[in-house]
Amino acid sequence: MTPKISLLTAAWLVLKKDWQIEWRTRARLTALIFFSGATLLLFSFAMGPDVTSLRAHAHGYLWLGLLFASVLSLGESFRIESENQALTGLVLTPVEPRAIFIGKVLGNASMLFALSLVLLPITIGLYDVDLTRVPHLLLLVLFLGTLGISAPGTVYSAISANARARDVMLPLLLFPVLVPLLLAAASATKLTFQPDPQDQLGSWLKLLIAFDLIYLSVGFLVFPKIAEED
Amino acid sequence: MSALAVEAIDISKRFGARWAISRLSFSLAQGRSLLLTGHNGSGKTTLLRIISTAAFPTAGTLKVLGFDSKKERDSLRPSVALVSHASFHYEDLTAAQNLLLSAKFLGVKDPASSVKELLERMGLSSRADSAVRQFSAGMRKRLAIARLLMKAPKVALLDEPFGELDPAGSLQMEQLIRDLQAQGTSVVLATHLIEQGLSLTQERLHLEGGRKVSPT
Repeated sequence: MTPKISLLTAAWLVLKKDWQIEWRTRARLTALIFFSGATLLLFSFAMGPDVTSLRAHAHGYLWLGLLFASVLSLGESFRIESENQALTGLVLTPVEPRAIFIGKVLGNASMLFALSLVLLPITIGLYDVDLTRVPHLLLLVLFLGTLGISAPGTVYSAISANARARDVMLPLLLFPVLVPLLLAAASATKLTFQPDPQDQLGSWLKLLIAFDLIYLSVGFLVFPKIAEED
Repeated sequence: MSALAVEAIDISKRFGARWAISRLSFSLAQGRSLLLTGHNGSGKTTLLRIISTAAFPTAGTLKVLGFDSKKERDSLRPSVALVSHASFHYEDLTAAQNLLLSAKFLGVKDPASSVKELLERMGLSSRADSAVRQFSAGMRKRLAIARLLMKAPKVALLDEPFGELDPAGSLQMEQLIRDLQAQGTSVVLATHLIEQGLSLTQERLHLEGGRKVSPT
């Protein structure tokens, strides 16, 4: 006998469940906004009042804010799954572990993407950047970047959820893997804030898509091993 | 399809250096029920988790309803349900939302009315819209049973089902177990309440240090 619902339907139910929990508590997004807002504010103070310098580095600070916030967000995402062993409950229901992976990645990505949208006006206020040049491409970069953080982030937060030092373990595992993606995301974001005379944005976008596909494929393959006990 | 609900052939389960189950063999015919007894740490919960496919044997073969519990877990899981110390519920969802989620995953037709009916049966209708976080241990147990009933399993695994229940709840649990048995479900029951357990089951497996021994 096979599960009665398709992989995508199950993934959609997992995603909806995560949104439902977030909507009931609204704890995660609120904490993320304050945390990353404070991070951006501190960076702008550290840089001083030089507007040219602030503008020149805004893309990097935006992604650092998102990266730090992602650790909080991803950790919380699997805290709710480890409480009462809810993840085991899902697997035994049965829900295909790959559907759980897809649902959790989209849930985490949507949370970080929503956060990035909230951070954009803060970035304008603190760093005086121009978001009106290619706003649709900026949104695409943010979407691809947050998706890229969420795919390995979901895998590693599932691994570290039951570890003793999970708060330390998650960034230790995650940050090295994310370095190439963050370089691509920050570079692409820079080219949406500033002129792009050599037309490099397209190449960075292709690189981001490639990283996303690699992270998603690896996560899709390994997540069933992580979701189930030996 | 095998006539056996559970067939354990020389199964062992190791956690680190400790063997929680050691070279255990037993079988249970379909429709029959088994009482698992033993002191704390004797391996009862581990055995129930292995039968439910929440964990897998380190060595040996376990067949449930004729399916290999590891290799054919996807085929087996729809037919087995576990009520454990962990309730498997989301604390920030309501009782109704938790059950509705399970119903949708299980592909239940008309999930909303199934949820309503089960909450009523378990005496939780008045708290349907309360978050599970606000529930007492007994109410959580009732909700976990509602989830098991939603699945209508062929093998029901109950770990200390009478724990945290008041006398009325305990009687209701006994009746539910009898109802499951009347429908042909094999029940594997782990409890320290041996007399109550014996009155509900036909067979007994006593564990000590993960090994099968004769009850004293």
